Amino acid sequence: MKRDIILAGVGGQGILSIATTIGAAALNTGLHLKQAEVHGMSQRGGDVSSNLRIADHEIASDLIPYGKADLIISVEPMESLRYLPLLSPGGWLITNTKPFINITNYPKMEDLMAEIEKSGNHIALDADQIAKDLGSARSANMVILGAASPFLEIEFSELQDAIRRIFGRKGDEIVKLNLDALQAGRDYATAHKS
Amino acid sequence: MDQKLMLLGDEAIAQAAIDAGMSGIYAYPGTPSTEITEYVMHSKEAKSGQIRAGWSTNEKTAMESALGMSYTGKRAMVCMKHVGLNVAADAFINSAITGANGGLIVVSADDPSMHSSQNEQDSRVLGKFALMPVLEPTNQQNAYDMVHYGFEMSEKLGVPVLMRITTRLAHSRAGVVRKKSRQQNEIRLPKNPGQFILLPAIARRQYKELLKKQEVFESWSLNSGFNVFTDGDNKSLGIITTGIAHNYLLENYPDRLIPYPVLKIAQYPVPKDLVEKIYNSCDAILVLEEGYPILEESLRGLLNLGKTIHGRLDGTVPRDGELNPNIVAVALGMEDTRGKDIPSLVVSRPPSLCKGCPHIYSYNALTEALSKWSKGRVFSDIGCYTLGALEPFDAINTCVDMGASITMAKGAADAGLLPAVAVIGDSTFAHSGITGLIDCVKDKSQVTIMILDNETTGMTGGQDSAAFGRIEDICVGVGVSKDHIFVLNPSPKYHQENLAILKQELEYQGVSVIIPRRECIQTALRHIKENKKAEAVPSAN
Repeated sequence: MKRDIILAGVGGQGILSIATTIGAAALNTGLHLKQAEVHGMSQRGGDVSSNLRIADHEIASDLIPYGKADLIISVEPMESLRYLPLLSPGGWLITNTKPFINITNYPKMEDLMAEIEKSGNHIALDADQIAKDLGSARSANMVILGAASPFLEIEFSELQDAIRRIFGRKGDEIVKLNLDALQAGRDYATAHKS
Repeated sequence: MDQKLMLLGDEAIAQAAIDAGMSGIYAYPGTPSTEITEYVMHSKEAKSGQIRAGWSTNEKTAMESALGMSYTGKRAMVCMKHVGLNVAADAFINSAITGANGGLIVVSADDPSMHSSQNEQDSRVLGKFALMPVLEPTNQQNAYDMVHYGFEMSEKLGVPVLMRITTRLAHSRAGVVRKKSRQQNEIRLPKNPGQFILLPAIARRQYKELLKKQEVFESWSLNSGFNVFTDGDNKSLGIITTGIAHNYLLENYPDRLIPYPVLKIAQYPVPKDLVEKIYNSCDAILVLEEGYPILEESLRGLLNLGKTIHGRLDGTVPRDGELNPNIVAVALGMEDTRGKDIPSLVVSRPPSLCKGCPHIYSYNALTEALSKWSKGRVFSDIGCYTLGALEPFDAINTCVDMGASITMAKGAADAGLLPAVAVIGDSTFAHSGITGLIDCVKDKSQVTIMILDNETTGMTGGQDSAAFGRIEDICVGVGVSKDHIFVLNPSPKYHQENLAILKQELEYQGVSVIIPRRECIQTALRHIKENKKAEAVPSAN
């Protein structure tokens, strides 16, 4: 078993919270893990990505080879497309549709959605809106993770447990908001993945 | 203790140094090396005062402090990014001649592909230049193990050891198993009282000893177990990897069975016996190096009259940039698995100054104040404010190395480009700007120096700035007239006042220093958060 995941977004959007949750779940089930992060200059509002590799055997490279990623998980729609050369044929693209516009030449939304539509297997959802509807605007990243969960080959309950462990210190209320966000994302993906 | 920790390569080095009985760590922050020192600073050993951990003014002062600790017999580490090793080079090269007393490891983190750097120089070259043993870990566990080994080696052979890592190892997390902890050394001064006195007569003797030790270093490389030869049936090609290139090679063989003989190099000087073995048994050699083609060049020799050597020099591998599994696949004649192209509507998203960053105001004000002169007279430096080169600011004309803003502005002013403006951050000013300012004062150069004081080292994540709270005093101390030192509040509210000062000082025929001062928005937000937390603790009980 192996899952190679590209996490994508814009510096400051907190993609590492998704990586941390998947990582905690994977480690708890005894899997091997490597996670290449981005530090330094690009964190300042530039495009950022993280390579998250999970396997039941020792992992060699810190970087996922081009064309071998099983999943792209993106918290921003344009950023999801930047990593298409890494996605394997048949891989899934999971992306937020809420744009993060900090440049003047950001593409038109309808063109962007058409490209995502064309990209192959994909789940595109407005995670910010879903999180807001749940009363927890800050949980959008957990909605995205929920939407990716059917494709992770990690038991859903392991992800839930990981959230309980990671957010436990912040109190039951925060844990519940994140668990609800995770579930909402998963429900969306389950309904749209055919 | 076989509990696995998930550590960045940087953190693995830090944890190993703590476990190996290090007494102090010195560094100047620089991507991708920063997290080594930060990890030690946050450790309970550092907090309880058992380990000295903190930031130095620059890499040279850090290197010298670590050497001083080694002099006492205690173990020390010094960390920097690759270009920082240039700053530390004087002390670094001479430290090979003094040798070490307590174990001394110099960590230099290279940044091939220049993710966050001005060049992609390979620290192994400087290691060889200094005639120092070099360790180049292939993965996080290897990095952890090599720190223990490096301290032992440094003490047994009486020489500092350079550890060279690259971005992908520094900033990638993997499981690391710890070794048993070791006590710190007691103070034990060098047996030879002249060891650290590099008078020519002593230096000549010790340099000869260093030259003689090269063979010993090589035998350590041969016997440490870090350099590994693995035979293969297909002798049409032999593959030599250095550092993390080995991982990219393995990645292309999912069953990890490589048909060719492979020599994995992770410790230098390179053991000639192992190279001879693979060279003699194979028809051709492929060298995969994360960095400069150093080994490849020495294998080819000046005239390249031996067997065919493939690598960066014959185009089998790109001449510049970091490696990845696909580059290695193509070099091996395998298919490139690259997926779909990036759609053309995806545009680049360069990094930018944060919303609310004080530099935004400072650049806008400077550009307005300079509007009556032609463009091309703003010399800048290394830090977040280098982003002033990009749209919408387009406000600076140079960025070369730490401190170069002040001295390049001076050179331009000397040539007659008036006014000439330097823009430098507070931490960079402390690092390497002060000496340049002394030059300006001495020559009464007509330069306007803006020290953008955000009270931190912003680019690398908000580390202490050595000149914090002392910038005006430093300027006065090196001879800048008090009448030409101004502190501004970089905010639109004070715009007319600020603009008047800027315009006036640009006309001044001497050294003037303008200090727009407001805390970095990132550290300000962090401080608000920390204060909230601190307030919340007592009520939580």
